[in-house]
Amino acid sequence: MADLKSGRGEIFTELNSDNLRKHFRKKNKKLVNKETTVTEAVKDYIKDGDYISVGGFGGVRIPTAILHEILRQEKKDLGFSGHVSTHDCQILSAGKSFNRCDAAYIVGLEARGLSRHARKVFQSGNIKVTEWSNAALSWRFKAAAMGLPFLPAKTMLGTDTFEYSAGKEILCPFTGEKLLALPALHPDVAVIHVHRADVYGNCQIDGIIVADDDIAKAAKKVIITTEKIIDNEEIRNDPGKTIIPFWLVDAVIEVPFGSYPGNMPGEYFSDEEHLFEWLKVENDEAEFEEFLSKNIYSCSDFNEYITKNGGIEKMRKLRRLEKFI
Amino acid sequence: MSIEYNNMELMITIAARNLEDGAVVIVGTGVPCAAAMLAQKTKSPNLTILFEAGGVAPQLPAMPISVGDSRTTHRGIKATTMADIMEMCQAGLVDYCFLGGAQIDKYGNMNSTVIGDYYKPKTRFPGSGGANDLASLTWRTMVVCPQSQRRFTDKVDFITTPGYLTGGNSREEAGLPKGTGPYRVITDIGVYGYHDESKEMELLFLNPGKTIVDVRENSGFEILIAENHGIIEPPTDEELRILREEVDPDKIIIGRS
Repeated sequence: MADLKSGRGEIFTELNSDNLRKHFRKKNKKLVNKETTVTEAVKDYIKDGDYISVGGFGGVRIPTAILHEILRQEKKDLGFSGHVSTHDCQILSAGKSFNRCDAAYIVGLEARGLSRHARKVFQSGNIKVTEWSNAALSWRFKAAAMGLPFLPAKTMLGTDTFEYSAGKEILCPFTGEKLLALPALHPDVAVIHVHRADVYGNCQIDGIIVADDDIAKAAKKVIITTEKIIDNEEIRNDPGKTIIPFWLVDAVIEVPFGSYPGNMPGEYFSDEEHLFEWLKVENDEAEFEEFLSKNIYSCSDFNEYITKNGGIEKMRKLRRLEKFI
Repeated sequence: MSIEYNNMELMITIAARNLEDGAVVIVGTGVPCAAAMLAQKTKSPNLTILFEAGGVAPQLPAMPISVGDSRTTHRGIKATTMADIMEMCQAGLVDYCFLGGAQIDKYGNMNSTVIGDYYKPKTRFPGSGGANDLASLTWRTMVVCPQSQRRFTDKVDFITTPGYLTGGNSREEAGLPKGTGPYRVITDIGVYGYHDESKEMELLFLNPGKTIVDVRENSGFEILIAENHGIIEPPTDEELRILREEVDPDKIIIGRS
């Protein structure tokens, strides 16, 4: 008989299907206006100690305004899923906001290089980390979205990524083959930026969806920021375009250019100069502190951050870049 | 005499030649992406390029900065979810993955997670990202990276991404899909495959002007030398022109050499 192994990592989120079903039963399924502000949404829906999952892809379609507000409200002891967490990981690391992480991709900004500060945070030994791959986290969200405690997969087997995960080897009851069981991942809060939403939380996304359809179903609470609020009629005219339906959503905030300095597919490209500057100032503590103070802590809202970084002229430039004009 | 070229240009060109028309390849940013673009613009116009974040079959207008940025769906066939892409890999639909190298050992195992103790690492790197999945689930894993003793290491600190694990049948015994595994490593010195039985890395081709001594001096482990190893043809003028003018005009990747 095969010797079945278990990863030694910790599971940070709720797994009991009955408790979760009870929670989802109580969600308000009435079509009610959920518009609020960034400040109120973070105050009302994100508690110290919560586990959060950020939608998008690190530097693509990210809810930057909410992430900055998490820092301004000095949220503590959060957990988060590092599912290609690039600039989002960099922001959360800047705020000493978290103490645990499911890591598939952290501390880097892909082709741009590594975040010195985020690495320092993870090298401190103060963050609990459980290791995964991107597919593993995607399928953990999918299991949660399906209302199941786990899903089997054929990835990660035989590696240290498995050894330091919280997955378990199992045997297929039908074929006998060895599989990896991935535990469902139900975040306390999902924070997702979309192209268009109505006031009830029906959301449309252009371009890649990454895992956001499943994250929205998996999370106990969902905060949506949207490039623009659209009329419910627009949703009803093209229901095939709804990626996240209203009953999953708790809060909706209109934040134009809300993915800045990240890319918003079809709308504006990433601000590579600003992201490069961010990586550069991390090399000097005093400079980094000043940078954060200017761009986050002294800003009353997201609009101020945009204004300080070139305002509408910069946004025009990024729009043209996105469309190769 | 042909045009001069640098190591990056050489590696990208060799990598591109390994992607045949009609194949499906999933790539990361940087050199692998440049190789797929070059292949598409030379001998493999019907190469299907996938990106793990959800981009399917784009006609890449420029080098993506992120495997999820909007260029990865430009004039594409579909923009989907990461689960969808990974499920295609798991179902056996994807021929190749093309990864950039970190630390690699003689069985093709790679580390991109930590140096030192896992719980208090000396250096923390990003982790698997999609690399473990792609190397576990696609049919053939190709790696492209400059070669040095530091990169070609006898023992990786952490197996982030599976190669042939401990060699022989160990990969299959671990439960990874049958018939999958490392296929080629393309470096500035040569092109490597893996021994049929032991699954150890083996020299298949030397790059122009390189020697067996270069192979050995730039590896922390003993590399097998295939008896009939060949010599790589240098990049043609046409390959270099397309690479420089159409694939990477801003020299984002080829300027790194």
